[in-house]
Amino acid sequence: MEWETVIGLEIHAQLNTKSKIFSSASTQFGAKPNSQACAVDLGLPGVLPVLNKEVVSKAVKFGLAVDAHINQRNVFDRKNYFYPDLPKGYQISQLDWPIVGEGEIEITLGDKTKVIGVTRAHLEEDAGKSIHDLYDDYTAVDLNRAGTPLLEIVSEPDMRNAKEAVAYAKKIHALVQYLEICDGNMQEGSFRCDANVSIRPMGQEKLGTRAELKNINSFKFLERAINLEVERQQDILEEGGEVAQETRLYDAVKHETRSMRSKEEANDYRYFPDPDLLPVEISDELMAQIKQELPELPQEKKARFIAEFGLSEYDADVLTSQKPMADYFEKMIVNNADHAKLCANWIMGELSASLNKHQLELLDAPITADDLSLLVNRIGDDTISGKIAKDVFKAMWDGEGSADEIIEAKGLKQMTDTGAIEAIVDEIIANNQAQVEQFKSGNEKILGFFVGQAMKATQGKANPKLLNEMLRSKLG
Amino acid sequence: MHTKTLAQLAQGLKNKEFSSVELTQHYLDRIEKSDLNAFITVTDELALIQAQAADDKITKGNASVLTGIPYAHKDIFCTQGVKTSAGSKMLDNFISPYDATVSHKLNQADLVMLGKANMDEFAMGSSNENSYFGDVKNPWDKTKIPGGSSGGSAAAVAARLSAFATGTDTGGSIRQPASLCGITGLKPTYGRVSRYGMIAYASSLDQAGPMTQTAEDAALVLNVMAGFDEKDSTSAERDVEDYTASLNDSIKGLTIGLPKEFFSEGLDDEVASQVMAAVKEFEAMGATIKEVSLPNSAYAIPTYYIVAPCECSSNLSRLDGVRYGYRCDDPKDLEDLYLRSRSEGFGEEVKRRIMIGAYALSAGYYDAYYLKAQKTRHLISEDFKKAFKDVDVIMGPVSPTTAFDLGSVKDSVSMYLADIYTLSANLAGLPGMSIPAGFAQNLPVGLQLIGNYWSESKLLNIAHQFQQQTDWHTQIPEEKD
Repeated sequence: MEWETVIGLEIHAQLNTKSKIFSSASTQFGAKPNSQACAVDLGLPGVLPVLNKEVVSKAVKFGLAVDAHINQRNVFDRKNYFYPDLPKGYQISQLDWPIVGEGEIEITLGDKTKVIGVTRAHLEEDAGKSIHDLYDDYTAVDLNRAGTPLLEIVSEPDMRNAKEAVAYAKKIHALVQYLEICDGNMQEGSFRCDANVSIRPMGQEKLGTRAELKNINSFKFLERAINLEVERQQDILEEGGEVAQETRLYDAVKHETRSMRSKEEANDYRYFPDPDLLPVEISDELMAQIKQELPELPQEKKARFIAEFGLSEYDADVLTSQKPMADYFEKMIVNNADHAKLCANWIMGELSASLNKHQLELLDAPITADDLSLLVNRIGDDTISGKIAKDVFKAMWDGEGSADEIIEAKGLKQMTDTGAIEAIVDEIIANNQAQVEQFKSGNEKILGFFVGQAMKATQGKANPKLLNEMLRSKLG
Repeated sequence: MHTKTLAQLAQGLKNKEFSSVELTQHYLDRIEKSDLNAFITVTDELALIQAQAADDKITKGNASVLTGIPYAHKDIFCTQGVKTSAGSKMLDNFISPYDATVSHKLNQADLVMLGKANMDEFAMGSSNENSYFGDVKNPWDKTKIPGGSSGGSAAAVAARLSAFATGTDTGGSIRQPASLCGITGLKPTYGRVSRYGMIAYASSLDQAGPMTQTAEDAALVLNVMAGFDEKDSTSAERDVEDYTASLNDSIKGLTIGLPKEFFSEGLDDEVASQVMAAVKEFEAMGATIKEVSLPNSAYAIPTYYIVAPCECSSNLSRLDGVRYGYRCDDPKDLEDLYLRSRSEGFGEEVKRRIMIGAYALSAGYYDAYYLKAQKTRHLISEDFKKAFKDVDVIMGPVSPTTAFDLGSVKDSVSMYLADIYTLSANLAGLPGMSIPAGFAQNLPVGLQLIGNYWSESKLLNIAHQFQQQTDWHTQIPEEKD
């Protein structure tokens, strides 16, 4: 039987505020356990939450960027359950009146685009962290993360395969970074994805029973976990079994998912409006102000890159797919407005390849945009050839110095001294009469032979343009 | 000294008739001799240090109005470095690391805390029989209950063990014990006094207020307690008036509303006649009386006993034996830790309300209970809004009876009926007062005043004018050795 996969994603984006959503404690990552949990975060008797207004603006920004309806009156609820890393015995979240209502976002896969629905996005506080392997008989609890602001972004079940799910997740990831509302750091858990996966016979309208996959902390794992789950469900159904509605944990090390809790074991969260917090009222003035402060979004930036710098559709799309890359390009362009295409090529070519090879993020690249722009400058002003530039790039990556320092130290400067090049060309022509005859009898391709010889003699430093012109005039 | 009102004591301290240390020691001696069980913790050392600091300020001439006045603080307010138990075994070992806003304000005003007053566990109760630290006795008759949940506070003020006390009122917990102990109690408008650091029972209903001998005293204390607090999102961003400013205004022309629903069956005849006598007194002072109707107040008890348990079932979840408070011995796993810590740490009434609330909020019941109760609550508020178009203040009894015998009310539902006249004001968020209005069966009877939103000054003015004409508030229970 042919099966259709249906995927919806729940993304938790940690909003990058300095203090927590309901207290003044810091949200800095990596501090000593429990050093960033104040009385409110600890859930001491008598403490009360006070909303950090920053989170409201950030959530609205997101809503506007996905063309969503903004609920200018939205309500915080309590989600009640017991767990040691949940100090109050309830999580403050939003159920019936989330801040962001229905919206949508377009994803691109190859040359196809598809619109994915955003069901809603709501504000909530994060729980603390339980550490089960620190002590033999105890679980350790670190409440530093308790009360960190999250925006939970829920998609419609609009994705039909793992690649679409990854494209959507990446798109949201790029968007929250563009909006500067989340740092997007997946290793530190600032951006987390849960996937609801089900399958159904192709053509059937009714959705199959879904499993929720949790604990996915990279796009690579997202793709793997979904594919694994689809296989698992297919196996069950094809053997005549039934998929259980449950939550499954993805284990990246063992590359397997395992059941965490079934529907029957799921909590009744006893949601009700939090009486400690008034409904959030967002004024028209604030809405207008946030709208005005919206930064340039990926689509707009892409259009501008094409119009302003003459980039191709493809190049502009790749460059704007991640904010750090777009930023890198824009920094390079400051000194290189005439060589936009060259800048784009270097980012998408050498730089991306080296990052991949070393498994680094762009922000951790050893070559800054300014450094790389100097190198591109030297190609542009004919100091070095593109081929030599690749060697210089490698040396820069290895920390041997700036482009100019390396060119100088290694003597890579192009020969632009016409007299010197002429002497070499004359010698090559004199020593290779047979090839000269071939050229004269119309074999244009043989020109490459002479260029090669000249480059060899100059260790690649001869200015290619100059050399070509000279050879043609002498041979012609 | 203890027969003086707070206002008189403040004057005495200013005039250096006695020092705060002397006054504090006097109260501490009285507490020591008292067998009412009004206090959970007596902070005698701290009190004398605070009193000395207050005396220094008085000497230096930089004292504020209430500098050096000793008081009893309901054990529901967090007090830094001092046990804050909320009357529960669950928090018997809890030394608060921080001050409630109310505690902070009282400290800033140089008041002297004598100790933490006894109360029903987590403010749940109408008789103070639900305290882990034992029953409080009514100073007028030690076989009777003092009312609850602020029973220790009421008994302390009535027996003159402190110049005043703080209380909290979720469904009548200031007014009902004030009435049964013959003192003055004020529950301000919801949002007037910060709830930060006040251990939450039902967040949308809880409100702190003063428990004093007189309305004038209540005005002086409310001046200190009231005010917007950025740490409490439900506190009102509204300037604090000087609540003493209009105490002496004439109340001629005042229109008093008497809700017929407050004088129906279940109201003790003698209590009713004392209340009516008080109303007549107002008439003699130039007020006119009008009958009003609060038809939905009939639903106040069921509404309250859904809303409050729902909120408390969630508010008390943090008491889980994990970070502070009571933890059972040798838990075998997490489930066992939760189950036994909470089963052993909470008293029966608290567990009952947690279970009612958890049930009412659970899937499939939410609409029928919680949502329905919220709708009824809205209707109750609307009744008052309508009534206040015609009248300035609503009057009636506080409690259907005088103080009953300790141990005499065995079932919860009968106990809940004791709150019948007080719950509406909490559900609507309105300010309410209880003032002494005579005696029935040799026990105090209180008159309830319910005002419109933010009308604390008016209520205090009305109460003060009544107290200028009557001497019920000056009666002190006889002390037998």
